[in-house]
Amino acid sequence: MSKRIDVEHLNVYYGDFLAVQDVSMNIEPRSVTAFIGPSGCGKSTFLRTLNRMHEVIPGARAEGKVLLDGDDLYGKGVDPVTVRSMVGMVFQRPNPFPTMSIRDNVLAGVKLNNKRISSSDADDLVESSLRGANLWNEVKDRLGKPGSGLSGGQQQRLCIARAIAVKPEVILMDEPCSALDPISTLAIEDLINDIKSDYTVVIVTHNMQQASRVSDKTAFFNIEGTGKPGRLIEYAPTSEIFNTPQKQETEDYVSGRFG
Amino acid sequence: MSTSTQTSQPGPGVSPVRRSKLTRGQRPRWLVPVVGVVAVVAGAALAALVGFGIALWALFAAVIFLVVGPLAVGLIEGSRAGKDSLMTFLVYTAFVLAVIPLVSVIWTVLVNGVPGLTGNMLWTSMNGVTGLQDNTAGSSGEVVGGAYHAIVGTVSITFWATVMSVPVGLLTAIYLVEYSQGGWLGKAITFFVDVMTGIPSIVAGLFAAALFGMIFGPSTRTGFVAAVALTVLMIPTVVKNTEEMLRIVPNELREASYALGVRKWRTILKVVIPTAISGIASGVTLAIARVIGETAPLLVTAGFATAINWNSFSGWMTTLPTFIYYQIMNPTSPTNPDPSLQRAWAAALILIIIVMLLNLVARLIARAFAPKTAGR
Amino acid sequence: MSTTLSARKPGTSSSAGGRAGDAVFSGLSLAAGILIFAVLAAVALFLLLQALPTFTAPAAEITGGAGFFSYIGPLVVGTLIASVIALLIATPVGILVALYISHYAPARISTPVGYVIDLLAAIPSVIYGAWGATVLAPALVPLYTWLSEHAGFIPFFTGPASQTGKTMLTAGIVLAIMILPIITSMSREIFSQTPKLHEEAALALGATRWEMIRVSVLPFARPGIVSSIMLALGRALGETMAVALVLSSGPMIASLVKSGNQTIAAEIALNFPEAYGLRLSELIAAGLVLFLITLVVNMIARAIIARYKEFSGAN
Repeated sequence: MSKRIDVEHLNVYYGDFLAVQDVSMNIEPRSVTAFIGPSGCGKSTFLRTLNRMHEVIPGARAEGKVLLDGDDLYGKGVDPVTVRSMVGMVFQRPNPFPTMSIRDNVLAGVKLNNKRISSSDADDLVESSLRGANLWNEVKDRLGKPGSGLSGGQQQRLCIARAIAVKPEVILMDEPCSALDPISTLAIEDLINDIKSDYTVVIVTHNMQQASRVSDKTAFFNIEGTGKPGRLIEYAPTSEIFNTPQKQETEDYVSGRFG
Repeated sequence: MSTSTQTSQPGPGVSPVRRSKLTRGQRPRWLVPVVGVVAVVAGAALAALVGFGIALWALFAAVIFLVVGPLAVGLIEGSRAGKDSLMTFLVYTAFVLAVIPLVSVIWTVLVNGVPGLTGNMLWTSMNGVTGLQDNTAGSSGEVVGGAYHAIVGTVSITFWATVMSVPVGLLTAIYLVEYSQGGWLGKAITFFVDVMTGIPSIVAGLFAAALFGMIFGPSTRTGFVAAVALTVLMIPTVVKNTEEMLRIVPNELREASYALGVRKWRTILKVVIPTAISGIASGVTLAIARVIGETAPLLVTAGFATAINWNSFSGWMTTLPTFIYYQIMNPTSPTNPDPSLQRAWAAALILIIIVMLLNLVARLIARAFAPKTAGR
Repeated sequence: MSTTLSARKPGTSSSAGGRAGDAVFSGLSLAAGILIFAVLAAVALFLLLQALPTFTAPAAEITGGAGFFSYIGPLVVGTLIASVIALLIATPVGILVALYISHYAPARISTPVGYVIDLLAAIPSVIYGAWGATVLAPALVPLYTWLSEHAGFIPFFTGPASQTGKTMLTAGIVLAIMILPIITSMSREIFSQTPKLHEEAALALGATRWEMIRVSVLPFARPGIVSSIMLALGRALGETMAVALVLSSGPMIASLVKSGNQTIAAEIALNFPEAYGLRLSELIAAGLVLFLITLVVNMIARAIIARYKEFSGAN
């Protein structure tokens, strides 16, 4: 249920503009990897290239290799749809489907993948996914209500439940807590700790405390100035990044002397 | 297919030459083009069986492609991919279907209209032109008579309709946006404007005819009656568009003006309207372009004239659309309708050119002053 | 936005001349708004007054000799047939073309294609009518002949087929072409307003393009699609010239490939110029009926939109 990701010399462009330059990294299965760095350093863009969601943005393209257990996501003839059903994603702002009930939201991906699912199987899946997202107790009495009626934190956990219901190999999270209050943030962080035993989790965050709380390894991205591409500066176990960084830039950033 | 790739994986990274699991079970790239070629050939064969024709050939080929293509994709990649490619093909087919009539209409008007676009057409009326002249036109080749009177009628009727509808439409929109403050009257007016939008054009014509018929006696037909009918059609368009344009004027501008102690009416006149003017002007131009092509209300209000009449308040008038209509339905010479058809298509070409020019002008206006409204 | 305006009603300070200006200006704009009522009331009133003789006249004097309702009945049916044909064709094609512009065409192409569809809307109806009568109708004759020979057992295709092609089906096709831009341009607008968040949510779950559209775009756009179809229906019901020029009218029949049938709008346009007396008020009464039908259609459209708004208003 969990795969490793190897990125080799990846460049990301918006049209002619080089947004992210020459990133290589290995992400281990069943781990949490955090991407940190100042705004505009390309960490979210890079995250999107891990399941080809950057292709939704007009003009965006990636060069290089992203290997999912040895298979190149950008290989000839690879369908992005296949990639995305293996690599799920949770977005910055919670985005449950507004016209669907809570139950249907959880089942949305499954119904797409595998049209006929018996209703008892569906019930089980809804329950296990919502339990997996620590949301079951809060919503079990109103599964038929629209998902958009939940609080922001609940909506975000619903989106996580929706992502894990399709049983992906990897879950990408793009600043999943930036629109949430502190209590909801804590709930999501707990959740990330719980699910890392089953999934490879990659999370982009602006919050360095969050990175140190949830992640096993941390990647620091930086940008030299406007118009310059973002680069991967340092990638190491989280404790090392925050306590004994190898690069001066990293130390400046994590100690708050910069940004 | 994604589920199968998940379940049957042979251990990570065994050998570098194995085929990527991500592309397993995908259609070969040549599949869709080959299906396309097969469909064209089979379509030709089928069409030949029934009686060959280009339209029939295209129809058969399209149907075969739409059935076989998604089926083939579906068999190889699973029903989801099949459905996806079916929808993709359908979307492209629909687009082609929508463009065919447009191309055909414009082509028809150009081919039939250009030969008739002579000095006669533009600068003479149909006054005194009878079937006799049309019958001799066949031998001499020159068609006499033209649409000058219809151009005059179009210009004057549209002018009066614009003069009446623009102030009413503008002021109503100003009331709705700046004064009504969500009250019941504003809601009621919005509702009735919506109702007015739905009035069929022929009914608007009947209304004007009935109104003037009651006041000035039955069968009162002048250009002005037609202008009243067009006004009824034009007001809701102007209101709706102006309302939209006024609403996107940022509230900060109004508040800035009020904070300077400027009166509300001066704020509207000096701040709000100048900010939105390009959108409003472009909307009015589009409304004119719309009513200038109206035919039905004019049939029942303006009568039918063959001579030039500049006076909208007395006498019958012809406009370009009614000119086209009558030349086709009642040719000047019933035994030799070709000269009439030529005049009709030439008039259609003139009408299309006018409408397209108005649309172009509307776009240019909107673009020329666009920065003013962009400060949202 | 207007609520913030109400909080700061101007007119407590400043010069007296300005205050008069305020009164005059607000009065003028109010008067314009009221004029809309007046016009609409006048439309209804004058049509009603002029139509009145039709309802009081003896049945035998009405065209057809059997009273107004047996005169108007077939016309209503004809109007509905033409509009239904037009909707059946234009709805799927229009929505698919809108999807093409919003989600399938490359960005470079989609804007010009949008212009082209708007162009389709700008062409005056009389030109569509002329094109339908001279180009489309003759082109369809072989199809009609084939249909009446091979599918004649279906009442819609009973032969012998018209040899001019000026039939109800042709009129319906021309109407479909005319209302297509209404459906396309409104749907396209709504499709492209679909929140990116919802589209990305579907794609991130591994949805194909069509599944993404089905899950996120169509539910979001449904009320807009319905209202665009209703508006198009309103236009089709009242459209005159396409039918007047294209249809060779006659008594009500089921076959769509023979000449016959008539719509209210075309009946008025064809007969009004020579009408007087009772015939005149008959036609005005027919116009009143058309007005009422389109009114009902518009009301239904609005009711549907309002209901959908309640359902999807949670967001």
